[in-house]
Amino acid sequence: MTKTASSPRSNAPAPRTWSEVRPARRASIPEGLWLRCPSCAKMVYRRHLEANLNVCPECTHHFRIGATERVLQLADPETFQEMFTNLQPADPLKFKDLKTYRERLVAEQVKTGQIDAIRAGKCFIKGREAMLVCLDLTFMMGSMGSVVGETITRAIEAATPNKAKGYAGLPVIIVSCSGGARMQEAGLSLMQMAKTSAALARLDDAGGLFVSVLTDPTTGGVTASFAMLGDVILAEPRALIGFAGPRVIQQTIRQELPEGFQRSEFLLKAGLVDRVVPRANMRTELARLIDYSGR
Amino acid sequence: MATYYQLDFEKPLVQLDQKIDDIESRIRVEEPDPALATGVESLRSQAQSLKTERAGMLSDIYSKLTAWQTVRVARHPLRPQTRDYIELMTRDFAEMHGDRRFGDDPALVTGMCRIGPIKVMLVGHQKGRETSEKIACHFGCAHPEGYRKALLKMQLAEKFGLPIVTLVDTPGAYPGLGAEQRGQAEAIAVNLREMSRLRVPIVSIVIGEGGSGGALGIAVADRVAMLQHAWYSVISPEGCAAILWKEANEQTNTAAAKSLKLTAADNLELGIVDDVIPEALGGAHRDPKATANSLSDWIVRTLQELKKQSPEDLVNARYERFRRMGQFLEQAPA
Ligand SMILES: [Zn+2]
Repeated sequence: MTKTASSPRSNAPAPRTWSEVRPARRASIPEGLWLRCPSCAKMVYRRHLEANLNVCPECTHHFRIGATERVLQLADPETFQEMFTNLQPADPLKFKDLKTYRERLVAEQVKTGQIDAIRAGKCFIKGREAMLVCLDLTFMMGSMGSVVGETITRAIEAATPNKAKGYAGLPVIIVSCSGGARMQEAGLSLMQMAKTSAALARLDDAGGLFVSVLTDPTTGGVTASFAMLGDVILAEPRALIGFAGPRVIQQTIRQELPEGFQRSEFLLKAGLVDRVVPRANMRTELARLIDYSGR
Repeated sequence: MATYYQLDFEKPLVQLDQKIDDIESRIRVEEPDPALATGVESLRSQAQSLKTERAGMLSDIYSKLTAWQTVRVARHPLRPQTRDYIELMTRDFAEMHGDRRFGDDPALVTGMCRIGPIKVMLVGHQKGRETSEKIACHFGCAHPEGYRKALLKMQLAEKFGLPIVTLVDTPGAYPGLGAEQRGQAEAIAVNLREMSRLRVPIVSIVIGEGGSGGALGIAVADRVAMLQHAWYSVISPEGCAAILWKEANEQTNTAAAKSLKLTAADNLELGIVDDVIPEALGGAHRDPKATANSLSDWIVRTLQELKKQSPEDLVNARYERFRRMGQFLEQAPA
């Protein structure tokens, strides 16, 4: 099913390189010198917020951030070597709702400067080499289509230890934030759940390490596949994490959802994640886990 | 006749059914009287030609089903479910209950049985037929304990060296408080990972609805097939319409169903399923036995073929089957 470089490309949005689409604004945080924190409603000076890893200095609300920013926060400076940037979304189903998928893709690429909802590559975290994969919520709600699924799978495969080849592998760290599977790729996006999970089975068989980091929000087909399969699962504070979205659940059970339902702390209590880790500690925490794993 | 649940696009049949009914009751009344023999004879031939006309009409309607109409057939209240197929195509069913952790989810039925000459572990969604069963089964929406029970029994099958047959029929995994608290996402995810490395043959058939992760959670298989009028996709047409069209109604559901490429033929073309199993004329609910026969024929044939592979080859081929999934563009690296 995979189209290669020689495939006709007429159906797809025009190919774009990073430099062509890059200089867009960061879509995750509104513009302006000051902004209001959605959690405590205090006015926060943007510079202070950014210097604080986009965590509200007043109430520690963790603002949503894009993949580029996430990589900057987690990787040692100048060490991130991006991989798989040659993959671009296609429109295999010629999907059309009120807009066509092609129109949506181009609009999202221009808005975010991203090719799709993911960035992956090798880097060092406090001096420890790792494969770092970050989903990008700013691009179509971080939804998983073929490019996201393929990038994750290739990253896992590239980091899987191979005894025969004397390759020790790399720890895999995936930072998730996603609305779930990408509806515009329908059944093919559903299959990415099986593909990524199968790749993790092989990583596990080979004794590799996978640390899954859940951030706000992680729902649907992403949660129900690779995101919940970490050897260790970390979550940022107060992140919404679940299978079904709160609105769907509310419509099904027809009652108010309890306070804090599907938030990181709720999952911690339910036994579904290992640790809730504030953004400021994430690098240290990842480095420590890599050390403990002996990988 | 015509007392069963009526799909709106089957309305053209109603008049014919009525006529056939009338004639047949006249035949019943007039038959005992020898003086009316010629009349009865002509009534019989009238009934026969109406029945031929009806079969033609049915075949015509079902050959032109839209995607949304297909979804409606897949949800027909009389459509055979997992327990019906167990009744119709298996022998010596030994049901196995419970996940050993929380409970026994009736929305996923598991147990050993024989299909033709083969002993298998069968796993299938059950929607429920009577109201009380429907409620207990949450209309085929399984909870985490259902997915965990399915995995436990599949791992038992691996230990016993039994091939696994799964029947998929769910609108989706259950969205509720308890399901979330007990790790619905984790339960499905673990099934995806573990099914990919089970060392026995696995075949899955979407017999009705194949809704999203709740369907895939028992469908990571060596061969996947769909019954002719089943649907399989990432979301239901109503769910998709509500999000992308901002409103679910007859018109947007129709459009969403079409866009989602959810029919058996579409999934075959996309390479998501390997085979389409024909149903009785006018849908599985019109002749469950005939549909069960084609289903069991496919299962036996496919399992006999898979039996020839070593466990290593089987697991590798299963990995490659899902590894290929997806379509994207790839530039040669600069
Ligand atoms: Zn705040």
